[in-house]
Amino acid sequence: METVVFTLNQESRSVTTEPGRTLLDVLREDLGATGTKYGCGEGSCRSCVVLMDGRPVTTCQTPIAKANGKDIVTIEGLADGDTLHPVQAAFIAEGAMQCGYCVPGMVLTAVALLKANPKPTEAQINEFMNGNLCRCCNYPNIVRAIQRAAGTAEGVAK
Amino acid sequence: MKIEPQPFEPERYEFVEPPRYRFSVSRRAFVQSVGAGLLISGFVDFSAFGQQRGGDDETPAIGGRFHIGKDGRITAFTGKVEVGQGARTQLTQAAAEELCVPIAQIDLVMADTGLVPNDGGTYGSLTTSRTVPAMRQAAVATRELLIELACKAWAVSTDGASMRDGVIEHANGKKMTLAELAAGAENIAGTLQDRSAEGGALTAVEAWQTLGKTVAPVNGPSVVTGKHRYTSDIRREGMLYGKVLRPPAYGAELTDVDMKAAEAMDGVVVVRDGAFVGCAAPTSYLAQQALNALASTAKWTTKPHPASDELFAYLKSNTREGTGRQRSREEASGDVDAALAASKNVVRAEYHIPYIQHAPMEPRAAVAEFDGNKLTVWTGTQRPFDVQREVAEALGLSASNVRLIVPDTGGGFGGKHSGDAAVEAARLAQAAKRPVAVHWTREEEFTWAYFRPAGVMEIAAALDGDGRVTAWDFTNFNSGGSGLGCPYAFGNVRTRFWNCESPLRQGSYRALASTANHFARESFIDLLAAKAGADPVAFRLQYLEEPRLKAVLEAAAAKFDYAGKRMQASANTGYGIACGTEKGSFVATCAEVAVDAVAKTYIIKRVCVAYECGAIHNPQNLQAQVEGCVVQGLGAVLHEAMKFKDGKILYTRFKEYEVPRFKDVPPFDIVLLNRPDLPSVGAGETPIIAIAPAVANAILHATGAAVNALPIRLA
Repeated sequence: METVVFTLNQESRSVTTEPGRTLLDVLREDLGATGTKYGCGEGSCRSCVVLMDGRPVTTCQTPIAKANGKDIVTIEGLADGDTLHPVQAAFIAEGAMQCGYCVPGMVLTAVALLKANPKPTEAQINEFMNGNLCRCCNYPNIVRAIQRAAGTAEGVAK
Repeated sequence: MKIEPQPFEPERYEFVEPPRYRFSVSRRAFVQSVGAGLLISGFVDFSAFGQQRGGDDETPAIGGRFHIGKDGRITAFTGKVEVGQGARTQLTQAAAEELCVPIAQIDLVMADTGLVPNDGGTYGSLTTSRTVPAMRQAAVATRELLIELACKAWAVSTDGASMRDGVIEHANGKKMTLAELAAGAENIAGTLQDRSAEGGALTAVEAWQTLGKTVAPVNGPSVVTGKHRYTSDIRREGMLYGKVLRPPAYGAELTDVDMKAAEAMDGVVVVRDGAFVGCAAPTSYLAQQALNALASTAKWTTKPHPASDELFAYLKSNTREGTGRQRSREEASGDVDAALAASKNVVRAEYHIPYIQHAPMEPRAAVAEFDGNKLTVWTGTQRPFDVQREVAEALGLSASNVRLIVPDTGGGFGGKHSGDAAVEAARLAQAAKRPVAVHWTREEEFTWAYFRPAGVMEIAAALDGDGRVTAWDFTNFNSGGSGLGCPYAFGNVRTRFWNCESPLRQGSYRALASTANHFARESFIDLLAAKAGADPVAFRLQYLEEPRLKAVLEAAAAKFDYAGKRMQASANTGYGIACGTEKGSFVATCAEVAVDAVAKTYIIKRVCVAYECGAIHNPQNLQAQVEGCVVQGLGAVLHEAMKFKDGKILYTRFKEYEVPRFKDVPPFDIVLLNRPDLPSVGAGETPIIAIAPAVANAILHATGAAVNALPIRLA
């Protein structure tokens, strides 16, 4: 057993568990943070992305020990109280969700993109987001949502 | 074997695979039921299914559709599920429209068999054409009743009374909110229960306030904040995580397994019941350890299994009669054989499509919890009432003791008709005497979920001396009858479907076999047009009779500037078009493709889609469905094909089985033709059918070489 201490959505958490477990499983099964989704178990779909010290990581590929001492933000911790993060609001406005299962990973990856590059071109959005899968293939609306959040397009919401 | 000429029916439901497990308890129940003369309804029992859907359930008393809370909030009920197609928002819009209340005043309960009417499964694009009208009809009757109750309280006539924005108003100046009405009414639920949904007039399209307008997804806030609980997010007190021992290959049978090591693990429950072996543990990690221990001792017999390399020959040499909607059949008009024999110019081609996976982002999942002999199951399925029955039969329970709840689900695409995970979770929960969750891994999803059928399409057509088509002979092996009917008036027409022995478990898919049949037919049409020396659009228009299909073809061609681009095409660029109809809506798609003849690669440079599905309910969601269909269809063009050998599925990861990503999406133009004069039909499937042949035809245009298989690889 291993004890790991980290900050989860601004709260300090301590977990004692088998070292073979992933951060994804601990978040979902032990800490109730089920907004972080399993999609592939190998880092190919990024449904399980959280922000770790501000950077997007695939939690299905992160052994729990690697979370020690880190500051972790999951989708549950992104909004400021009842005020949605601009990326979250833009996803709703542009209808950038069909089944919605990929949305937490999409939103958090987009937050990381806009932090690194506040005014990305469409090509830069596609490049940065290409690891995130949406099987509903709602990519056009997701791009529009990121553009809306970045203020680089009016969006097409009618 | 002779196949009988029979008319093709619209396919609604294609899953005909047998149950995966026969538990000892269900074998006993089966015998008892048969002894008592009851029909056990399996997957293929279409008669009972039809009766159920066509029965009273879909038009219940309005108390079955709506509940008015004391706070004035309205709860609406439907048996449909939300799998990403937008039914939750659409049905809420429909209710709000006729109730004359704001959307935000309505909570929609979907697909909880303990609470909702049976609206049939969520497939066949039927939510728009059937459930929206049913919801609206009940909403009209409810609104009229609420107005009556208010007028009764005011002791006035209902003349001059109406409802707007959730407030009942009277010409005499009186106003009453639903909360005020509900507070004063003695038994509003009972009154709703006594009132039929029949009779009232639906609001005319011109007068729509809520339908016809873009409405953001009503579950959007819970999705973007991670609060929405998909099945795989459901947590119950004392819940264990379950795993199921899978065979090493298709057709493998378990001969022996040593369960001792797994059973010795702390907190682990192990079950063996016939072919079913599973375990459950307090964490998924521990459950995996237990499963590994089981797998390491399991012994299996295997048997020969056809490989994907020999698939198409295998299908053609393994035809069979089949049953129900899947039976082999033929439809013909005129004398096709005579017309083919009389022609000096017969064109023939054969097309192949592989097995592909739906690969929804949320793999199959279920949570099962017993309370005495009553079982509650949460699972992501498109057929809640049928899966309720499937689970009940598997465990030997009566369906009335099984409550099946479908949380809004992470993707379906026709792939979640069955209750595999639900049955597994229920069997484990029965043994563990605690709630059990079963979450399929991506590898399980790729390997053991049923596939979109592979298929072979053979076409022969005869041209006369003037380049006119005099015969059309189309045969589909295995993939299905949807979209098999020919929209072109060729005179002598024959269509056949052969049911085949399928090496892999197969079932429904978005637009069913229409993707296969349109790929073959529309690709072949361009080949014929080339032989006839005709422009592909003019060639189609010459034979098309349906004005709505012509309208989308012309709209797409115009928006894309098909004629202009074909004329000025450069050497390595092609422009293709294709069209089709399915489930009452119409689509035409154009594609521009750049070909690198040396590297044998191609890039889809631009796509244009024209689509028409009657009166549009929600423009933003419609556009998203069209785009999603086209991009998902591009997956079948660019990447998707399952490989298998010796019974083993060889692609079990997204790194091996590629699906469309951001960079695969070409620039898009979409023309949505609104027809407020026509009934609305569903749009979640049909836009997928024309993209593959449009790309194939662009490649034919660019290279002069016909495309005969998906995914498209240049020779």
